[in-house]
Amino acid sequence: MLGEGILKGMAETAKNFFGSYFSAERLTTVEYPEQRIAPYEAARVFPFLVFDGSDWEAGMRCVACQICEKECPPKCIFIEKSKDKKPDALGKQQFYPARFDIDISVCMSCQICVEVCPFEAIKMDTEYELSTDNRFGGLLLDRRQLAKSNQYYHQIHPAEADGVDARLAAEKAKADAKTKITAEAKTAAIAGEGA
Amino acid sequence: MSEMQSHSAILADKPESWNRPAVMEPEGEGELMEVAMGPHHPSTHGVFRMDVALDGERVMRLRPVFGYLHRNHEKIAEGQSYLASMPYTDRLDYICPITNNWAYALAVEKLAGQEVPERAEYLRVILGELTRFQNHASSIGFLTQEMGAMGTPLMYAFREREKILDLFEELTGARMMVNYMRFGGCRVDASPGWLERTRKVVAGLAGFVDEFDRLLSTNEILMARTQGVGVLKAELAVNAGVTGPMLRASGVNYDIRKVDGYGIYNRFNFRVPLGDHGDVYDRYMIRMLEMRESIGILQQALREIPAGPVMSPTAKLRGFRPKRGEAYGRIEAPKGELGFYLISNGGPNPYRYRVRPPSLINLTVLEDMCLGVNVADVVLIFGSVDIVLGEVDR
Amino acid sequence: MSQTPFFENLDQIFVLLQHWLVSFLPTSWQPAAGVLLSVAAIVCLFPALFALTTVFERKGLARIQNRLGPNRVGPFGIFQPIADAIKSLTKEDIVPLSADAAVHFLAPLLLVITVFMGFAVLPMGRNMVLVDLDAGLLFYFAMGASSELAVFMAGWSSRNKYSLLGAMRAVAQMISYEVPLLLSSVAVVMITGSLSLTKIVEAQNQYTWGLPHWYIFTPWGFAGFVMYAIATTAETNRSPFDLPEGESELVAGYHTEYSGFKFALFFLGEYVAMFSISGLGTTLFLGGWSAPLSFLTWIPSWIWFFSKLMLSIFVFIWMRGTLPRLRQDQLMNFAWKFVLPMCLVNLLVAALWRFMGDGWLRWVFCSAILIAAYAGMGLGEMRRQRLGPRSYRYAE
Repeated sequence: MLGEGILKGMAETAKNFFGSYFSAERLTTVEYPEQRIAPYEAARVFPFLVFDGSDWEAGMRCVACQICEKECPPKCIFIEKSKDKKPDALGKQQFYPARFDIDISVCMSCQICVEVCPFEAIKMDTEYELSTDNRFGGLLLDRRQLAKSNQYYHQIHPAEADGVDARLAAEKAKADAKTKITAEAKTAAIAGEGA
Repeated sequence: MSEMQSHSAILADKPESWNRPAVMEPEGEGELMEVAMGPHHPSTHGVFRMDVALDGERVMRLRPVFGYLHRNHEKIAEGQSYLASMPYTDRLDYICPITNNWAYALAVEKLAGQEVPERAEYLRVILGELTRFQNHASSIGFLTQEMGAMGTPLMYAFREREKILDLFEELTGARMMVNYMRFGGCRVDASPGWLERTRKVVAGLAGFVDEFDRLLSTNEILMARTQGVGVLKAELAVNAGVTGPMLRASGVNYDIRKVDGYGIYNRFNFRVPLGDHGDVYDRYMIRMLEMRESIGILQQALREIPAGPVMSPTAKLRGFRPKRGEAYGRIEAPKGELGFYLISNGGPNPYRYRVRPPSLINLTVLEDMCLGVNVADVVLIFGSVDIVLGEVDR
Repeated sequence: MSQTPFFENLDQIFVLLQHWLVSFLPTSWQPAAGVLLSVAAIVCLFPALFALTTVFERKGLARIQNRLGPNRVGPFGIFQPIADAIKSLTKEDIVPLSADAAVHFLAPLLLVITVFMGFAVLPMGRNMVLVDLDAGLLFYFAMGASSELAVFMAGWSSRNKYSLLGAMRAVAQMISYEVPLLLSSVAVVMITGSLSLTKIVEAQNQYTWGLPHWYIFTPWGFAGFVMYAIATTAETNRSPFDLPEGESELVAGYHTEYSGFKFALFFLGEYVAMFSISGLGTTLFLGGWSAPLSFLTWIPSWIWFFSKLMLSIFVFIWMRGTLPRLRQDQLMNFAWKFVLPMCLVNLLVAALWRFMGDGWLRWVFCSAILIAAYAGMGLGEMRRQRLGPRSYRYAE
């Protein structure tokens, strides 16, 4: 009969109208900023640099290898290597970035920098309320603004951070074992010479 | 009224410039009214312009003008590594980033002879079909929005799309620009929790399609606006290279998932719906039926997904230099046949990187479908082609 | 059933208020003052109702679409119209250079005036008619038709070919649907035997076994109401007949060249026309101010009238949220080839109803004729245009 389809459609919308007062399925609005959806663990917005310990300069994991700068598709990372070196978590002397800028107006949140970093130094942040009224300077984050602690990393990506810590601990254990063996071999050699 | 030129005559004509003479003769005296619809227009799906010549209310000539969103994607790809182009493919058909990623990964895997593990293939199918579902739902929503339904079907479609986007965010980290496929598999594995949540979402999708169907498919006004409007004959569709739901609505049985059987699609039971009339209503219904088929594929894939790695052990992230050669990888994207043609000269960057955009190629028959129709229907026909300007202009 | 004095007074409270206020003036001025007071009441009430309706519309559409509507300005967004009013009042009033300034200025005024005139004959409660004309219905339709002139004036004076096209389309639509509008009302006049709206309401204000004699509960009244509702939706340019205002169409509409307060006046005129014509529909078919069940007559009559009015508005909003719009030629086809013949059949059925006398036979006979006509014509329309649900095949 003419009009049947229209009436069926109107029944559907009536169902949605009345349902919106009773079920959350039919009213999906989240009233930002009073209500916020917690981001998923895997969420990614812009990168940040991880530092261990409490001193952001000394504890920064980044060794300015510039791999992320090369692999970044829109070329939003600008790194200047330092002239001197500082010891890293394993005690080895490494370069560090004298300048590490990310232009977040260019960054496309693709996460390739995180994937290619061999030192677990750069990870993705989840903060998105980054509006500023300075279009150029305000959106160019320098290494001070990018440096965030490992505790913060554990807060935003707990499982990922645990994995990273486990890997770094394993590396450190291997390096320690190697130095122990070399040290023992040295002392044995010295003892052997002495004897 | 003088006869319209036959369609094959138009295509065989191959004009030098776009300023073809009117393919329809107006009745009576008077000039044709030339109107530009767009680029600022509430219903052009993005920045797109149509120069229309009208005789009263009927379209005599239609010239699409695009390029407002051209971003040099193919040229940029020549200057960076293969991996770096992956996030750019997200932004081609920005409603369906997963399938864009997949087509590109397929092309590179063909070029490099790379194998993909089983679990990765299943994950690709799951995400691909979820993408197809939300694309078709949104496309129907946009079509009804243009028809004046005040956004109600669109809001329902977006409600379901939100659930799917939440799944994407949980797995890949981003709702839309997922950057998920890699050459040799997928970037991250899906946790059992994610698979459980996906099963729950998929279980609710069938109810949504039923609701959507009840709201729209037998609505007399929708039928009056779409049936018999914008007919595309099968012969013209095949000649013009139209693919995807538009082609199947004209009655041509061509679904690349069945034809090529790329990935592991030949393991799944699904049917390919075909239309008989090739009008806007058929295209709308084909998309609705394809949504149902996608649910079937999803349920099968979620049941059968094996354990295992998601990246091939031979895959290289950095320093990826495929051998000299060329490859064309294509998939059945929600909009049509999305293909990537790559030529490698042995270096880290592609020598030539070419995207076959389904939206653009489907758009070439827009004039032929719109000749003689009421100008109010041009917007509907354009909506039924289901284009995304990111893909048309790249 | 007798009502207690309290409820009787409540029912007549506005009439009593008017008499009391007017009693302060000398006797010779009292009739004029009384009328002026009623006019002022109408002119204040319906724009206020319009303001509320804009919020209801936005919230109603929003809830249909699974979202909240405006809810920031005041509790549940009730003060949103104040914000909208301030916005429209402070916008620059742009008049195109080549426009016919006098006509451009007068068009919204004429629209608003003619639309408000219609309220003069609507009985909004017991003894609550501004002017009790014997030919009230005729007066109402005369005013309704005059408002179409304002639409054309708006399109013409803008000197914009798109506005003119939009105006011509709108006027063509409105004129086409005037005929079913009148014909469905004529059935009511035939049965009641009077053009006076107060008499029509009184004829419906009787009860049998507790149920009222509203005309909608008769076969011809139901069909007439459906046709009247369709015609109303088209007259007020509401979805699904709102092509003249369609945003996604080429032609922009007759009020394109209006900005600021004049645009707000057009908007006001459209909504008040909606109230007015729903009020008439309520009076003709839904019993006006009469209560639905005989034991509910203690509730004041004006509450019933306005409840039915707001119910009609709600149905308008519901349709707007659900239905896509018809194309112009389909709209006109529908009017002339479906609605008009149905109205003529309805007239025949109403006459049969009158002359067949009381009893179950006339119910069966009249219902059968109407259902057959509706189904037949509906099927004919769909088949003629080759429309219908389809089944699809799958590839082998």
